[in-house]
Amino acid sequence: MKRVFSMLILACVGLIALAGCGNEPTKEEAKTEAAPEAAPAGGSIVLGVAGAHSGDLASYGLPSVNAAKLVAKMYNDKGGVLGRQVVIQAEDEQCKPELATNVATKLVSDKVTIVMGHICSGATKAAMPIYRDAKLICMSPSATNPPLTQSGDYPNFFRTIASDDAQAKMGVDYAIQTLGAKKIAVLHDKGDYGKGYAEFAKSFIEQGGQAQVVLFEGVTPGAVDYSAVVNKVRQSGADAVIFGGYHPEASKIVSQMRKKQMKTPFLSDDGVKDDTFIKVAGADAEGVYASGPRDISSNPIYQQAIEQHKAAFGSEPGAFFPEAYSASLALLNAIEKAGSTEYDAVIKALRSEYVETPVGKISFDEKGDAIGVGFSMYQVQDGKFVELK
Amino acid sequence: MEFFWEYFFGGLTRGSIYALIALGYTMVYGIIELINFAHGEIYMIGAFTGLIVAGVLGVLGFPGLAILAIALVAAVIWAGAYGYTVEKIAYRPLRNAPRLSPLISAIGMSIFLQNYVLLAQTSDFLPFPRLIPNFGFMEPYSMVMGSSDFVIVAVSALVMVGLTLFIKYTRLGKAMRATAQNRKMAQLVGVNVDRVISATFIIGSTLAAIGGVLIASHIGQINFFIGFIAGIKAFSAAVLGGIGSIPGAVLGGLILGWTESFATGYISSDYEDVFAFALLVIILIFRPSGLLGKPPTQKV
Repeated sequence: MKRVFSMLILACVGLIALAGCGNEPTKEEAKTEAAPEAAPAGGSIVLGVAGAHSGDLASYGLPSVNAAKLVAKMYNDKGGVLGRQVVIQAEDEQCKPELATNVATKLVSDKVTIVMGHICSGATKAAMPIYRDAKLICMSPSATNPPLTQSGDYPNFFRTIASDDAQAKMGVDYAIQTLGAKKIAVLHDKGDYGKGYAEFAKSFIEQGGQAQVVLFEGVTPGAVDYSAVVNKVRQSGADAVIFGGYHPEASKIVSQMRKKQMKTPFLSDDGVKDDTFIKVAGADAEGVYASGPRDISSNPIYQQAIEQHKAAFGSEPGAFFPEAYSASLALLNAIEKAGSTEYDAVIKALRSEYVETPVGKISFDEKGDAIGVGFSMYQVQDGKFVELK
Repeated sequence: MEFFWEYFFGGLTRGSIYALIALGYTMVYGIIELINFAHGEIYMIGAFTGLIVAGVLGVLGFPGLAILAIALVAAVIWAGAYGYTVEKIAYRPLRNAPRLSPLISAIGMSIFLQNYVLLAQTSDFLPFPRLIPNFGFMEPYSMVMGSSDFVIVAVSALVMVGLTLFIKYTRLGKAMRATAQNRKMAQLVGVNVDRVISATFIIGSTLAAIGGVLIASHIGQINFFIGFIAGIKAFSAAVLGGIGSIPGAVLGGLILGWTESFATGYISSDYEDVFAFALLVIILIFRPSGLLGKPPTQKV
């Protein structure tokens, strides 16, 4: 008995040690990355990079630092922007709003030229008023919360990612215009992301006036079955289902619908556009629509950026890397085109000059959303997500 | 009215599964007054065993029904072994400890097993093959009840009847009842209490494993976390019916399944859990020991 116990304990210790080893390097990395690269030098252009560079969301923030470094190096090799060297100043806020305000204040008082970040919508919202009052331009690669641009509160805010409502709009338009749906059932998983998507979808359907929402409900993630909800969809007479949420729930709902011989089209978001969805739902996945970021893998600049990352850091880039790379390019390009770092001139350049980036040829609209980025509709055909043109 | 029957049968399927898992909770509680919080994980391990066995047999080209049968048997044996081991490692050394200690040990076991499967397998959802063959009913009825719903309800009913007979008429069943009534007295009249407790854990685990394989085949996907929610629901069903009572676990499971199904159907699935647990609270206010539970008697 004793021996069994000691072996068990040994095994547990071994596991813990292993897990520890796995985590350690990223933490170390986070610390070094988060440290400011260099103090703002007199004649240089300082690109502030704010976001989560440590903590549990560091995997979203660190790729943006790498992206900024690569772009800065590219400009510096060519002789800099307006003849001035580009310097990166990375500041870590762990995606926490309270730290984000500190970081914003620090960047403002350090007189950085321009800011790329923040990463999370909550932190971005907290930091934006400080940048606005200081007349500092800020471009996020990943904050998708719609009011950031749509409220008009932040004329100094730009982003290289489409906002959450763009997906919902796309799903609704596709259901109504292409599939000719008149009655739509909207389901969600009660989560922030899924419910937000579903609420946007609902309001777009209602505003459009061409179709009606016959069912709006949340399902319980992880419940053993969804037959009652599926029956409700059938009872409502919906001719399309729009679901906001992730693939485990989506595959269960679709499977149970197909089991009941319902052929109703099923549309969803980029939480579902995942190969695991097809793997799990199997044959039931056929014909399911899901929106996802436009396929940019054939873009030569995108491929080039990935190659640069591999050469410089020896690894695949992480989440939002192309968006961050694009944001850095767009910012530095705007300064170059404007011929100065002056606030109004740079904003004017951002809105008028198109720039070739990994996410496509983009410019920015009045509100700050990138024109030329966005989502595509995909459909599962023969076990693969195929982009619908 | 058409939809009434669909909700009714949907609730019946769901309730049968809750009942199948709840039996494990209720049997263990009946005998040693311990809530085995690792029971949901045994259900999950049963499902994973079924997945692995079915995968191997599928590659070897076995026919569908044989795969189902062998996967069920394998899951039952494997989960039974886990049930036995869990009891031996986590609960037996604490047999005479204060009541909170085995409870904590049970929660620890639950977390351990979850993480063990997470590390050994994956955190992703895995597709589970449809083991239950589709023998479709006639047109109007096929909407109301699919073949897998039917199999789940039928197997659950068979297992419950079998269990009742087992406890009533076999030697081991009698020993279990004696142990449940008074452990010390049972020991004095020659019942091997440790063996009875092990047997209870094994039987409870096999029931959970059957539930695991059937429900995974019904919904077609599993991951390491499925045991948690199913376990919580089944535990509530056991409490609702009166923990310690076998017919109570079945009744509790069915009532919980129907409540959820009808609440979803006629009100909103937003409040599925709210109604299920509101019902639990209301019943426990009026019958603190559950629907069929007996109030604890003072032992003299």
